[in-house]
Amino acid sequence: MSALLTIDRLGVRYGARDVLRGLSLEVSRGEIVALMGPSGVGKSTALRAVAALQPFDAGRIVIDGFALAPGPVPPESRLVPLRRRVGLVFQAHALFEHLCVRDNVTLALRHVLGRSGAEADATASQLLETLDVAPRADAWPRQLSGGEAQRVAIARALAPDPHLLLMDEPTAALDPARRSTLGATLRRLCTQGRGLLVATHDGEFARAHADRVVTLEGVA
Amino acid sequence: MIAASFLLICLAAQGGADSSVLVWGGDAEGGAPFVEADAANPSRVRGFDVEIAERIARGLGGGRSARFVQVQWSNIDQSVERGDFAIGLSGVEDTPTRRARHAVTLPYFEFREVLAIRPEDQERIRSLADLRGRRVATLGATIAYDMLLAARDSTGLLPVSYDDDVHPYTDLMSGRVDAVLLDHIIAQRALRRLGGTAFVILAHEVATGHYVGVLARADSVLRDSVDAVLREAMRDGSLEQILRRWNVWDESQGVLFERVLRGGVATQPAGAPVAERVIAYLPSLARAAGVTLAASVLSMALAVIVGLALASTRVYGPTWLRVVATIYVEVVRGTPLLLQLFVIYYGLSGVVRLPAFLAAVLALGLNYAAYEAEIYRGALQAVARAQLEAARTLGFSEMQILRLIRGPQALRYALAPMTNDFVALLKDSALVSVITVVELTKQTAIFATNVGSWVIPGILCAIVYLAMSLPLAQLARRLERRWGGHAA
Repeated sequence: MSALLTIDRLGVRYGARDVLRGLSLEVSRGEIVALMGPSGVGKSTALRAVAALQPFDAGRIVIDGFALAPGPVPPESRLVPLRRRVGLVFQAHALFEHLCVRDNVTLALRHVLGRSGAEADATASQLLETLDVAPRADAWPRQLSGGEAQRVAIARALAPDPHLLLMDEPTAALDPARRSTLGATLRRLCTQGRGLLVATHDGEFARAHADRVVTLEGVA
Repeated sequence: MIAASFLLICLAAQGGADSSVLVWGGDAEGGAPFVEADAANPSRVRGFDVEIAERIARGLGGGRSARFVQVQWSNIDQSVERGDFAIGLSGVEDTPTRRARHAVTLPYFEFREVLAIRPEDQERIRSLADLRGRRVATLGATIAYDMLLAARDSTGLLPVSYDDDVHPYTDLMSGRVDAVLLDHIIAQRALRRLGGTAFVILAHEVATGHYVGVLARADSVLRDSVDAVLREAMRDGSLEQILRRWNVWDESQGVLFERVLRGGVATQPAGAPVAERVIAYLPSLARAAGVTLAASVLSMALAVIVGLALASTRVYGPTWLRVVATIYVEVVRGTPLLLQLFVIYYGLSGVVRLPAFLAAVLALGLNYAAYEAEIYRGALQAVARAQLEAARTLGFSEMQILRLIRGPQALRYALAPMTNDFVALLKDSALVSVITVVELTKQTAIFATNVGSWVIPGILCAIVYLAMSLPLAQLARRLERRWGGHAA
């Protein structure tokens, strides 16, 4: 089965300092891969490089046939195929604060994918239902609990139906009960041929819910 | 004991000063032949009013000399009542209000209000009646200005008030105004300065008036002594000599002197009661409030548009454009608005002759644009970077991010400070009176001069400003409450 994401000897430097060196991993369809390691080891940097939010200096990243090369981040106009394929859930959720939950989810559907309002609303309702936050559709981001905000952020990232979902420290704000609920949710998400790459320092969560664990060691 | 002797010394010193010096006030900015700084020794003043003050001091006896105090012309009345000097002399006009509010001397000079027009208009304009719909300039708070206000209602001309007597004539030549109504001395001086053919002074005067000295209302005893000195100076020819020396003597002065000495000079009757004059001023106050509001709203609109352009340049633009925008913001914030007004109105007049109101809106708008730009820049940068990145991963273009995510949130951050800025602009708009726009504060100053008191005009003016600014301040607070928590 062909890999959805291939990271091949990825290297990132900040000035003279190596932040990440020689990271290689693959994520296949239907698979949850946990990227582990202590804080500051470059897990988030790797996710950001895959999402083309930051440049990298060495190696290669291929997402569902779309390749990123070392050097500056390409202009957004050239990243359209990548944006369709990859969704990212930020650790701090980064919900749009001026929009209610429903509009957070529908905004990209309407303005990026050109769906009609009704179509976008239907997709959003379904996603929010799946993620158990449907009753909060009209709430403002500041009114949500940490867990709710995270599920809304997942719904927003899933709305354009990306093949690959990246998640940065999804368990950071969750108590143990909610962690296992989240694990079950993630499992449901990757049943439709989707792949998940989850950066976490939570070994228990990774072992319980990931198909594979890739551990990053600090750069010496 | 010591205290008593100190008091005695003080009293003696003050008494000595009082008896040996006549302190008089005038405005050297008014220039020759009234009062001007001596080119050879700028700490001294010269002019016929200076020599008349010296003549009065001598005539009062006791070896008195005259000491000059600089005062802005439009504030002479208020200053003399405050006791800044004993007598004001600086082409001070004999008006009913002045007579009602202060002690006023005999008239010592008769002036003619004359119209100055461009040479090519000679065939068309022969009197105020021919100036319907045209702009006519004069000094604010003068008899001439009151005449123009009266003529506005009867003939439909448009009075334009200035703070100085130089710019009315340069603006006449440049076409900003179509005529100037001022004292013949001022008109002739301007004609000499600008070259004898720059404009034409109509031979037939519009009215005549008199220059007088003005003293505090309580100083009528000193006023009577001054009147006696003036009569003596008319009799002994010394006043005529002074006026001849300054080339302002003509036969009408001889006629005036004769009338004064015969005791037949008709002083201006006292004006209407204050309440009546207040009511008479209400329409022009309302009109001026309209000017203030219009200038503020238009300036703010311009400030918002230019401010948005500057802010987005500083946030999104290439380096060289960012530098240009930064220089603009710093230069505008670092120099006085007053200077910018002068540069736009007078400085640019060689290149483009902007109408006063447009120049006022431009200057205020471009000035406030710099402040708005900083508010917007701060607001744009206050939107969390993670939200912008989240938007990028969802496939939004930069323009869409600005329009759908960054802009709307920045607007909420910016609205309260913007509303506060608008309140500040409303009050700063008072500055545009220096380029002849009669707005609320200027109209109030004219009103105050006219009724001889700041109390009622000041209160009325404050009420109008508050009526405009308080609802805005309220709005700013509401916005802060409503969106402050939202964006946080």
